Amino acid sequence: MSGLSVASVTVAYGARQVLSGLSLPDLSPGEVTVIAGPNAAGKSTLLRAIAQLAPYCGLIRLGGTDLAAIGAAQRSRLVGFMPQSLPGGAGLIVLETVIAALRAGGGASPSGVETTAMAVLERLGIGALALEPLDQLSGGQRQMVGLAQAIVRDPRLLLLDEPTSALDLARQVRLLAELRRIAAEGRVVLAVLHDLTLAARWADRIAVLHGRRLHSFGAPSEVLTPAMLAEVYGVDARVERGSRGDLMIQIDGETADAR
Amino acid sequence: MTSAEATLTRYRSRNRRRALLVAALAVAALLAALVDLVTGPSGLPLAETLRALAGGEVARGTAVIVWEVRLPVALMALLVGAALALAGAEMQTVLENPLAEPFTLGVSAAAALGAATAIILGLKLPFLPPEWSVSVNAFAFALGALGLLQLMSGLRGGGSEVVILFGIALNFTAGAFVSLLQFIASADALQQLVFWTMGSLAAVRWGGLLMMALVLAAVAPFAFRASWRLTALRLGEEQARSFGVDVERLRRWALVRVSLLAAAAVSMVGVIGFVGLAGPHMARMVVGEEHRFFLPASLLMGAVLMSLASVASKLLVPGVLLPVGLVTSLIGLPVFFWLILRGRRRG
Repeated sequence: MSGLSVASVTVAYGARQVLSGLSLPDLSPGEVTVIAGPNAAGKSTLLRAIAQLAPYCGLIRLGGTDLAAIGAAQRSRLVGFMPQSLPGGAGLIVLETVIAALRAGGGASPSGVETTAMAVLERLGIGALALEPLDQLSGGQRQMVGLAQAIVRDPRLLLLDEPTSALDLARQVRLLAELRRIAAEGRVVLAVLHDLTLAARWADRIAVLHGRRLHSFGAPSEVLTPAMLAEVYGVDARVERGSRGDLMIQIDGETADAR
Repeated sequence: MTSAEATLTRYRSRNRRRALLVAALAVAALLAALVDLVTGPSGLPLAETLRALAGGEVARGTAVIVWEVRLPVALMALLVGAALALAGAEMQTVLENPLAEPFTLGVSAAAALGAATAIILGLKLPFLPPEWSVSVNAFAFALGALGLLQLMSGLRGGGSEVVILFGIALNFTAGAFVSLLQFIASADALQQLVFWTMGSLAAVRWGGLLMMALVLAAVAPFAFRASWRLTALRLGEEQARSFGVDVERLRRWALVRVSLLAAAAVSMVGVIGFVGLAGPHMARMVVGEEHRFFLPASLLMGAVLMSLASVASKLLVPGVLLPVGLVTSLIGLPVFFWLILRGRRRG
C-alpha cells in the first residue's frame, strides 16, 4: 500500500497520556483528511507524532516504510510538516528560509534550489515577499511561508497544523484549494482544522479525536452529525445541506449537561 | 524577464554584495594585523619593521623583535579572535541564545582549573617541556569539561536549555575548585594564575601559534559545511528537524567544535572576554543570519576586533603592555550593554 498507516499510537507527556492506542484507517494518496476535535483532544500531538516530532509508541508507516526507522534526512524527503506558526527572530529573508528547507537535509543538489524555492513561492502567490525579512511579515503571510517550506521538498505526505488559523478568507480558500491540488497529484494530505464548516467543504474524510482516542472517522456527511457535535463538543447543533449540497452547521448553544 | 527571474537576480546580487562584505572584512583583518605589527614600545620605524619582515638587511635586534615578538603576537591575535568569534557564532545558533559565547558552558573555568593545577600544584605530564604544562593542562581540562557536558546532556537527552544548565553548573563547579586552589596557593603562584586568567598575548611563541592555526584549520571547514543546517536551526528546532536536520547530532558536533576552538584559544593566551560574544553580533549586523556568510564574517570580525584590541593594549598606557583580555573586556562591556538595550527596544 502507498498511503499512510497509523497503528496503536500512544503519546504521553510524563505521566499524562495525550493519546492512547490511537489507530486510523489507512489514508490514501489523493485524499485530504482533516483531524478535528475539541481543545486538548491530542490533534496536534497526533500530527507531530506522525511527523516524528513527538516521541510515541506505536507504528506509523508511509508506503510501508516505518517513519521512525529512517534517518531525518531521508524522512524529510517523504514528509512535509507545516507548523501552526513560525518562530520570530530568525533574521532571515523568506527565500533563504525556503532554500534552507531544501538544503538543510543535504539531499538537494545546490544547482537549481533557488529556482525551485522561488517557484514554490510563486505558486502560493507570495513571490513578491521572497526578499522580505520573515520577521516583518504578518501572521498570515508567515503561515504561507510555512506552507512553502513544507511543500518545497515535494513530499509524499503533507502534514499541516491548523494551516488557516491566521489567514483571511481569500487566503483560506487559496490554501485549501492548493491542498486539494497537492493531494490530487498523488500525495497524502493530513491537516488539523478547527473550523468544521471548512473541513466539511474541503476534506474527503474527517477524523474526530475525543478523550485521547479516535471518536469517529469517515466522509464529512457521515461524521458531522448532531449526535457527534453534542457528544464531542457539548453543543446543540443542526446540520443542514445547503443549496449546492454542502454541509452547514448551525450551533444553537451548549448542551444541557455541558451547561 | 518574469518577476520570479527578476527576484532571483536581485537575490543573487544581494549574495554577491554579502560576499564582497566578507572579503572586505578579510582585508580589514589584514590591515589591523599590519597596524598591530608596526605598533610597539620599541619605537621601530615603520620602514624598518617592513624591511625586517621582508627579510631585508636590518639590525639583529630589530629582526628578533619583528620575527620573535611582534609577528607571533599579531598572528596569534588574528587566530584567537577568529577562533573565539567563530565559536561564539556557532554557540549562539545551536543554543538558540543570542547571549551565548564560547565560554558559556564552562570551558574557560575548566581551563583555568587546568592552568591552576599546573601553576599551583605543579602537576604536569612527565614527557612535556615545563613551559608547555600550563597550556596542556588547561587544554586537557577544557576538553574534559566538554566530555562531561556531552555525557550529562546525553544521559538527560535534552534540548538547549538542559545543555545550558549543565554548562552553568560546570562553570560554577570549576570556579569553586579554582578558588580552593587559590586559597592554598603561594603568593607567587597566585599572581601567576591571576595574570594567566586575564589573557595575554605577551608570551606567544611560534609553537603555540602553530597549534592554534592547526585547530582552527581543522575545525572551521566542518563549521562551514554545517552552514545550511545551522541556518535552518534559526527557524527553531522543530522546523530544522522537519527539514531533515538531525538536531542532536548537529548540536553535539557544534559543541565539540566550539570547545576545541575555545580550549585552544584559552590554553594559549588565557581568558579573552567578549570577542566571542560581540564578534558574531557585529558580523550579524553586516551580513545577516544566513550562515554561509555569517560564519566567515564572524570569524573575520573576531580577527579584526582582537587585532585592534592588541594594538590598544600597547597604546592605551604608554610604555605598558596591558593584558589583552582586559582590553577586550573593557571595550566589550559597553558593546554588551548596548546590545541588551537595543534588544529591549526591539522587543
